[in-house]
Amino acid sequence: MKPALFDYVAPETVEAAVAALAGDETARPLAGGQSLIPTMNFRLSTPGRLVDLQRIAALRGIAVEGGTIRVGAMTRHRELETDAAANAANPLIGEVLDNVAHIAIRNRGTVGGSIAHADPAAELPCLLVATGGAVTVEGPGGSREIAAADLFRFHMTTSLDQAEILTEIRIPALAPATGYAFEEFARRKGDYALAGVCTLLTVEGGVCRAARIAACGIASRPVRLAAAEDALAGGTLDEAARNAAGEAAKEYVTAQADLQASEAYRKDLLAALVRRTAATAAKRAGG
Amino acid sequence: MAKSVLKKAIPATSSDPRIPVTLTINGETVTREASPRLLLSDFIRHELGLTGTHVGCEHGVCGCCTVMIDGRAGRSCLAFAVQADGAEIRTIEGVAAGDGTLHPIQQAMMECHGLQCGYCTPGFVMSMLSYLEETPEPDLSETAIREVLSGNLCRCTGYNNIVKAFRRSVELMNAAEG
Amino acid sequence: MSTRQFGEPVQRNADPALLKGEGAFIDDISLPGALHAAFVRSAHARARIRSIDTSQAEVLPDVVAVYTADDIGALDAELPMLIPHPCITSGGKTQRPLARGDVFYAGQCIAMVVAVDRYAAEDACAAIAVEYEPLPVELDLDRAVADGAPLVHDDIPNNVAAHFVQQSGDPDAAFAAAEHTTTVRVRLERSTAAPMECRAVAARWDGVSGELTVWDSTQATISVRGGLASLFDIDEDRIRVIAPNVGGGFGQKIMMFHPDEILVPYAAMELDRPVKYIEDRVENFIGASQERAQIHEISLAARKDGTVLALRDSFVHDTGAFIPYGIAVAQVASTSIAGPYRIPDIWVEMTLVYTPCVQVTPYRGCGRPQACFAIERALDQLADELGIDRTEIRRRNFIGPGEFPYVRDGLLFADGLAVNYDSGEYEKALDLITETVDLASFRTEQEAARAAGRYLGFGLGFYVEGTGLGPYEGGHVKVHPITGKVYVTTGLTSQGQGHETVFAQIAADQVGCDVKDVIFAEGDTQAHEWGVATFASRAAVVSGNAIHKAAVKARARIIAAAANMLETDEDSIELRDGRAWIVDGNRSVSLAEIATASNPLRYAFNEASQTATQFAPASTHDGPPLAEGQAPGIEETDYFSPSHATWAYGVHAAIVEFFPDTCAMEIRRYLCIHDCGNMINPMIVEGQVMGGIGQGIGGAFYERCAFDENGTPLAANFMDFLMPYATEVPDAEILHMETPSPLNPLGIKGVGEAGTIPVSQVVASAMEDALAPLGIAPVRESPMSPDMIHRLLSEARSR
Repeated sequence: MKPALFDYVAPETVEAAVAALAGDETARPLAGGQSLIPTMNFRLSTPGRLVDLQRIAALRGIAVEGGTIRVGAMTRHRELETDAAANAANPLIGEVLDNVAHIAIRNRGTVGGSIAHADPAAELPCLLVATGGAVTVEGPGGSREIAAADLFRFHMTTSLDQAEILTEIRIPALAPATGYAFEEFARRKGDYALAGVCTLLTVEGGVCRAARIAACGIASRPVRLAAAEDALAGGTLDEAARNAAGEAAKEYVTAQADLQASEAYRKDLLAALVRRTAATAAKRAGG
Repeated sequence: MAKSVLKKAIPATSSDPRIPVTLTINGETVTREASPRLLLSDFIRHELGLTGTHVGCEHGVCGCCTVMIDGRAGRSCLAFAVQADGAEIRTIEGVAAGDGTLHPIQQAMMECHGLQCGYCTPGFVMSMLSYLEETPEPDLSETAIREVLSGNLCRCTGYNNIVKAFRRSVELMNAAEG
Repeated sequence: MSTRQFGEPVQRNADPALLKGEGAFIDDISLPGALHAAFVRSAHARARIRSIDTSQAEVLPDVVAVYTADDIGALDAELPMLIPHPCITSGGKTQRPLARGDVFYAGQCIAMVVAVDRYAAEDACAAIAVEYEPLPVELDLDRAVADGAPLVHDDIPNNVAAHFVQQSGDPDAAFAAAEHTTTVRVRLERSTAAPMECRAVAARWDGVSGELTVWDSTQATISVRGGLASLFDIDEDRIRVIAPNVGGGFGQKIMMFHPDEILVPYAAMELDRPVKYIEDRVENFIGASQERAQIHEISLAARKDGTVLALRDSFVHDTGAFIPYGIAVAQVASTSIAGPYRIPDIWVEMTLVYTPCVQVTPYRGCGRPQACFAIERALDQLADELGIDRTEIRRRNFIGPGEFPYVRDGLLFADGLAVNYDSGEYEKALDLITETVDLASFRTEQEAARAAGRYLGFGLGFYVEGTGLGPYEGGHVKVHPITGKVYVTTGLTSQGQGHETVFAQIAADQVGCDVKDVIFAEGDTQAHEWGVATFASRAAVVSGNAIHKAAVKARARIIAAAANMLETDEDSIELRDGRAWIVDGNRSVSLAEIATASNPLRYAFNEASQTATQFAPASTHDGPPLAEGQAPGIEETDYFSPSHATWAYGVHAAIVEFFPDTCAMEIRRYLCIHDCGNMINPMIVEGQVMGGIGQGIGGAFYERCAFDENGTPLAANFMDFLMPYATEVPDAEILHMETPSPLNPLGIKGVGEAGTIPVSQVVASAMEDALAPLGIAPVRESPMSPDMIHRLLSEARSR
């Protein structure tokens, strides 16, 4: 389990990194390495060149500005997890990150790396989709913004081009009167989830004014559960509504059955997580 | 003896290109050359000869190879040595006092029989050390301790005694700070 | 006497080095100039090899040698059939070191590359092209034995590797006369030991002296040496096999030979360079021995009061593509099938089936978890059918404390002797666990919880474990003349069980020294060359008693010498604190002085040798200047051979909560009552039991070596093979009972495997109890999983 040989560069600017990627079709950016290096050790991935982004100071840091949490792509999971301002602005962040692997992995893994890796079972892409966040990417043609909804295409596939680098992640702060919850079910603590659900409910006067629900682990990418949102929005968040939302969520399960979950089980599990997170979010919203 | 495809000369090292790596390990700064693909775990073990850091899976699940990288626990099998250029690394060899006196975490592991074969042990000690250095007042509930320890696999102990050792470590560290 | 060390929770001598990273596991041993091996392994379960093209690998600059079956001379033959048995079809199939013509499981070695480092070796493996013609496979055990099923070996009809029937008493008559019979079919899946250190081999050949040194993470150094001597036709004296620190074995490392164990020494000799092979995790999952898969159909014949009169069990056992370890696992399962119960009449049939998967050899528990699951599940069902409490039915069937020795004539255990339980207090153990768990209070809590829509359940499982098999082990005790330290050796190996401490305790008690002053050596054919190996929970029983016997003899030598030196009689000597004292006096001599006096020296190196015997008097006979017939030094060797296995036992119980929305199960409480006779070191016993429970939890709920229908392994890494973390293993409470074994001087029984045995039963039984209100079908499979429970619940709903 040793990786194949590759060429290594560690540029200090985004421009240099983009140039290093653009010159070589087989080049890939190396962020925290917590997903890429295992695949290289298995030789499932054999990039010809790794462009290590860790020396690019501009890619680090967390700032909360005008209702948005701006996270440099090379910020480590653990840094965001323990960042007081970010968590004050949106406590969903800490709740999600607590479920990402284990401390030693979160110490090395980066927010941008996890999002760019686009594992459909991963938590951070789900967070980004649920909150309606966005990312900035930079490539040979300059920089562009991509909304979360347009970012994740398929298993391990984003709308980034080969020579583009994800530079910043923006997560909206928690809206007023909004309750949040993330819950996932994994066989072992820290494993990729069989299903995970991120729920945001805005409640005014006992009525759900807005619902945003996204799930990971159930399809080829993180998905908004629009039908479940519809089941909750506009009504009181009673048990019947939560159950209806859970049932409505099942249609979004397209993941193939695997060693740990049949399709029927994953659907029921997703429904349970929708019910549970809706109940928690409703409670936190003061509904 | 049977036929073999024997080279005229056996090279001393592989033909991989080498990049200089300078890092501080257990307080000592060293510069060595490493192939870009050399895993940090192999660099520590075979280039630097610090074999207390063990390798159990090389895909980041078991935690045997956990070391501290710039003050935080990390998997040395999920990093290339070249990435550690300029980093400060701590390994199990740097945990006990210079005179060999066990660190409170090591002492607690011994007192609580928190190890059997000892293969996973350095990884557990480094994970605990990193966490306890980062967390002045750790939550000592069963659930909280087990969550901190999750991320390191042990096949021998069933973990109970490692949980006990975690609590005992905190006692001993507090007593040492007195 | 010094304070008796036997029975004390003495801290381990091995720990400081391991805690400081100073252990010496095989890959930690620096062998300057070492080359590294890697293997090309079959991508198919069953295929014909059309061609192997190594040319692209051979030209790589860092590659030193590439071997296929054509390049390994006389080693290109089937590996030894280690434990033959007459019931094995055509003598049994074993694999070749490197495949010739056909491959029989995904992961089988086809070629070995030796290169300057492992990175380069893997590059070369990737450059070797193997063309396969895939052949049909059948992995399902039931279908594999049906007519027309694809064959693993063309000359083995119906894939039946072995068939064997054992009988005790007259089960047919008992079944004919029974008031009630019940039948249960249970299935256990493949699993694997997954030690934290994968397997490893290193070898160095000294062409000048003709000596081969092999570092092997084996549980059986002496046996490996014998095998190498045979395969290489080298004198055993020229081969040294060392198992240094070994990171867990759990049976996987008793299997010899995995191909690397002979190919690495071969390459080291051929290339005249040290060669290392450090198995990686994927290789451990696809190329190293596995176990567990069996399907039992077990029937009980009973009276209406729950007394079980007879048992019939017919099971199929997956032996993988090869059967090098014979029928051992199935035999242990078949002879453990009646558990702690009287059940006088037994018929048990086993059919071992070849499957296109890596071979099956013992893994901690070795057939016992399967047998326990079968009998205990059947007993639960019988209780339910007869309307008897599941706990009570066990009580009605236990062998009573007055009934030992209890023999099952006709059932031959793995030592070839009739099953013969030596001692036990089964009912007392059951009472202790139900009292400790306060079953009556739990039932009240369970009722209340059910009313509130929560699902709690209680389950228990009882087991027996035949431990401490022969044939024998030796113990050697020597007092070093200069330092006075006590040197103890045996022919075993350790994988972390604390041998260095428990054997030191045994020796220290006789010699009267501190446990820390005992230097212990094993796992090295040069340290001790007579013995067998570490397996079958036998180390403490067999070597422990051998060391005890040797230490008793050494003690007599010490006392005789001390009495002579202190000019008193032997009855007036007591040994403590590393010295021999005159009872009620203050005169003493140290062990160093005594040992030196027993080895008369000419030179005074230190105080001990000075006071002892500088210029020893001339001998009065033609032996050394000691009593006539005496050899110099305080040194004794003795051996222990058990008359038959000694039977440990225990009972585990759990309270679980089941969450119907996610199908998650949480173990709220886990209890274990365990009896392995007299405990040498209760701390270590508890560690062994708890470790077994952790492994049992893995086996019951998480770990499965899954394959797809083509025989491709699906769980060949730690992401898919779900070994539990601390978050998945409960905080178990362990209570001990000590019923001495009458079969050995120390009264001890083995403990290594115990904890793993009943866990699947405990979890299954508790889950059934929790889910009883939902009307699910009985749990008949291990491992269980949320997905499996979801299926049971869905089936219950659709009924």
